[in-house]
Amino acid sequence: MAATLPASPLDQKRALQRTLPKGAPPERRRVAPWADPLFSVLVHGAAWLTLGLLVAIIVSLIIGAAPAIEKFGLAFLWSTEWDPVQEKFGGLVMIYGTLMTSFIALLIAVPVSFGIALFLTEMSPGWLKRPLGVAIELLAAVPSIVYGMWGLLVFGPVLATYVQAPLQALFGNTPYLGALVSGPPVGIGILSAGIILAIMVIPFIAAVMRDVFEVTPALLKESAYGLGATTWEVVFKVVLPYTKTGVIGGIMLGLGRALGETMAVTFVIGNFNQLDSLSLFQAANSITSALANEFAEAGEGLHQASLIYLGLVLFFITFVVLALSKLLLSQLKKGEGTRT
Amino acid sequence: MNASILRTLAVSAALVSSGVAFAQDVTGAGATFPAPIYAKWADAYNKSTGVRINYQSVGSGAGIKQIKSKTVDFGASDMPLTDEDLAKDGLVQFPTVIGGVVPVVNIQGISPGQIKITGEVLGDIYLGKITKWNDAALTALNPGVPLPDAAIAVVRRADGSGTSFIFTNYLSKVNPEWKSKVGEGTAVNWPTGAGGKGNEGVSAFVQRLPNSIGYVEYAYAKQNKMSYLQLRNKDGSFVKPDDDAFKAAAAGADWNKSFYQILTDQPGKGSWPITGATYILMYKTQDKPASGANTLKFFDWAYLSGDKMADELDYVPLPDSVKNLVRKQWADNLKDSAGKAIASK
Repeated sequence: MAATLPASPLDQKRALQRTLPKGAPPERRRVAPWADPLFSVLVHGAAWLTLGLLVAIIVSLIIGAAPAIEKFGLAFLWSTEWDPVQEKFGGLVMIYGTLMTSFIALLIAVPVSFGIALFLTEMSPGWLKRPLGVAIELLAAVPSIVYGMWGLLVFGPVLATYVQAPLQALFGNTPYLGALVSGPPVGIGILSAGIILAIMVIPFIAAVMRDVFEVTPALLKESAYGLGATTWEVVFKVVLPYTKTGVIGGIMLGLGRALGETMAVTFVIGNFNQLDSLSLFQAANSITSALANEFAEAGEGLHQASLIYLGLVLFFITFVVLALSKLLLSQLKKGEGTRT
Repeated sequence: MNASILRTLAVSAALVSSGVAFAQDVTGAGATFPAPIYAKWADAYNKSTGVRINYQSVGSGAGIKQIKSKTVDFGASDMPLTDEDLAKDGLVQFPTVIGGVVPVVNIQGISPGQIKITGEVLGDIYLGKITKWNDAALTALNPGVPLPDAAIAVVRRADGSGTSFIFTNYLSKVNPEWKSKVGEGTAVNWPTGAGGKGNEGVSAFVQRLPNSIGYVEYAYAKQNKMSYLQLRNKDGSFVKPDDDAFKAAAAGADWNKSFYQILTDQPGKGSWPITGATYILMYKTQDKPASGANTLKFFDWAYLSGDKMADELDYVPLPDSVKNLVRKQWADNLKDSAGKAIASK
């Protein structure tokens, strides 16, 4: 303050003294005249390389899938037939499996992760925060094949005996619910895959949610508490609106992982290319699982092209998911503008 | 996409190998089913001669792709190519070992070999037409066997595989409905069942699911002590899967005409009906006669002294008559670009 508004003549003098140069300024020499342009090229290159790679991947997917796109066109997306012997391919079974398992995974993972993050940031005693937080982060480090084997050998039988069998006994004869729980009691299928995926994405979503909840300014929260808000009201009306970008980002991260997960899904989904019932316990297939299983042995021609077509569809799905999340965020921002 | 990647890999592999590898080294790629025996042979061969055999077990389909793009000295496939396909690409094929595919079950109180089954009934189970273990078709074949009143959990391969090819080829021969509805191939449109990845995936499923049925390579069934089924063969007798039954199936084939022999449903009283040989593919005209000759030397050595190793790993060696036919084919058909036979006498 004193420096910008010199009050007394003494201060003025001091300020003047400070600005007087003492000797020659240090000589700054350019080390090399080409360093700056080179750095600029490198930085630009890194950015463009990513974009170029993306374009190259899309182009090569389209080229690889071209025979299948020509033969089946968009009907590929709603045809359920997958017959390598007759060379008739349709991707609906895998597309449905991918979307359905990811949907189930989010349905379970989002509320659970929210609960974990809420507990860790607002309600957990101090001594428990660290060990719990580390444990959840460790879950994210478990290789997916371990989840797959655990799902097949441990979780599947438990699900079959203690969930599917009672559900079938309860709803077996109810018209719609019965169809939803029908199928051989083996613990393999859409629901198992969805639950395994949920367990796999919970650490990601929970960790992101916890981190963003923690950055909510204490001032805001304590003001709300001061007004008599309950913990629930503080979280729902202060913390969540403040952190919604991060929360949605975390959910999208989880969804992206669920859509692309391969090994764990292939163990428990049953790899069954028919869509003859909508049962949650019916064996099904997902895009990634079909690719992993069939690519090595697929002969050149329509089979391989159809698999690449499936890859292109998965690429498109993830792209749409990303775009939707951006759209959602911008809508939320607009809402903010009108309210205040 | 794949082709261009392969080409790039091939170029880089060629650059690397020309620099470091010894001229004697042989590279092959293909089927996963014979990979354990090829690895064992390669190891023993390396110890006795110093020549390295690099075998990548990438799957039969990929093996065929790699030999066609000449990135390897030999390809390996569980599914033989037809003579026309071979002629079109200028390839020759020869069998190395024989293996059997065995239906296995997991039913409480049933011991190995206790249940007898025909190919037609097996096909109906895999078509989803027979869904209970106490179905009339099964009880008629197995009087006195306590078959449970339980749903059959069908297990099959999820990945494309030579094992599935042999199995579906057999079902197509013995079950007309299977032939018209599903057909044969390394991957087919399975009407029912859960898919496991690889032989180990299928055997894990079968061991875990009660009242299940699956099919695996004989070695897996034997090593995991799984309950196999007795199958009725073409001559009408029920046989158990073992080395003799596979050998009997191989002996029944007419190898003189062509090596395109699918050994399923072969005649012979003792022959196991789901048997198949695994094959090596090579170019007729060898661009690099030295590597071609080294490849042949390796397989000649394997025919001479590899039988015991094959037995240990539960593969069935070829009968001597077939081995001699293969050697004759090497001498007759595999030439360098000048037309000179590359096989050393």
